[in-house]
Amino acid sequence: MYYIDPHIHMVSRVTDDYETLSKMGCTAMSEPAFWAGFDRGSADSFRDYFKQLTEVEPKRAAQYGIQHFTWLCINAKEAENVELSREVIAMIPEFLDCPNVLGIGEIGLNKNTKNEATIFLEHMELAIKYNQQILIHTPHLEDKFQGTKMILDMLTDDSRVDPSRVLVDHVEEHTVETVLENGFWAGMTLYPISKCTPARAADIIEMYGPERLLANSAGDWGPSKPTAVPDLIFEMRRRGHSEDLIRQVVYENPIKFFSQSQNFNFVRPDGMPVQSMQ
Amino acid sequence: MENTPTPMTADAVLDREFLEMRAKILELAASFDRLDRGEGGIEDDRRMELIREALKLLEDPHAGRAEKIQLLFSREYSGSWRNEFGI
Repeated sequence: MYYIDPHIHMVSRVTDDYETLSKMGCTAMSEPAFWAGFDRGSADSFRDYFKQLTEVEPKRAAQYGIQHFTWLCINAKEAENVELSREVIAMIPEFLDCPNVLGIGEIGLNKNTKNEATIFLEHMELAIKYNQQILIHTPHLEDKFQGTKMILDMLTDDSRVDPSRVLVDHVEEHTVETVLENGFWAGMTLYPISKCTPARAADIIEMYGPERLLANSAGDWGPSKPTAVPDLIFEMRRRGHSEDLIRQVVYENPIKFFSQSQNFNFVRPDGMPVQSMQ
Repeated sequence: MENTPTPMTADAVLDREFLEMRAKILELAASFDRLDRGEGGIEDDRRMELIREALKLLEDPHAGRAEKIQLLFSREYSGSWRNEFGI
């Protein structure tokens, strides 16, 4: 089955992973900007990173028949440095016309601090000003519930934000309902230990239905599994779910969400282009 | 939101998951034994209190146990956080 991984950090993965993902049916992926494992010291460091996301990774992916898309921001962890964050936010418009940029992301909260919230709001302003879609990181473990509620407060308090153009990622059992009820898209991240397992993601699909639900691997430099989306496909097949239902979650839903970005010039493997809705 | 019920019967779920559930319970039991063998006291540790509360939730006869356990391990949300932060 063809699928799209809507959240994966390929700068942290070896080229063999591209080959494996391609063999498993991955036709496209989107890579949000994130934390490198250390705090970067200057805006120029982010400029180089954005070049990697907009120039290098699309070429690396294309060698294996995978279309690579990306999202730009300074992540929540480094957003604690407000001065650096503002320099990076001021630079992002330079890259918004690159052909694989889908929007602003993954912005969000990490420890739910005042500085993180301040920079989240400034990213929101940037997205609104440039009519960009938004991809959101929600915090881990004990911080997730509080942080997700705070993020939804900021988004829903601003009438200029269209929830149907916002993806709230890393939802779990205690956050998915409020995200969907408010009209946002919700992403389930399949991690070996933290976040969601394939079985629990299948449970969430059964409890809430497939509308506006996505599944991703968020494969990165930490404990993660880039082939996690095929694990979900396998789990749903084992339970006896229809191919149509599975395809909707892992393929048609990402296309529907991404098509709201003017740069989503996706070509289906059958050669049929998908027109952007912008 | 319209749900999509699992195609599996409860019997089929139990057939498939019994050994897995048994293994997970054994892992927990072994963890408790390991804690007992370790030196030092942890009875006053808040994390142990949370684990004991979570175990009680497993026996809750109503659905939604995973969500309840997630909430148990979560920090509280205050609706006035923007006022508190001044933003």
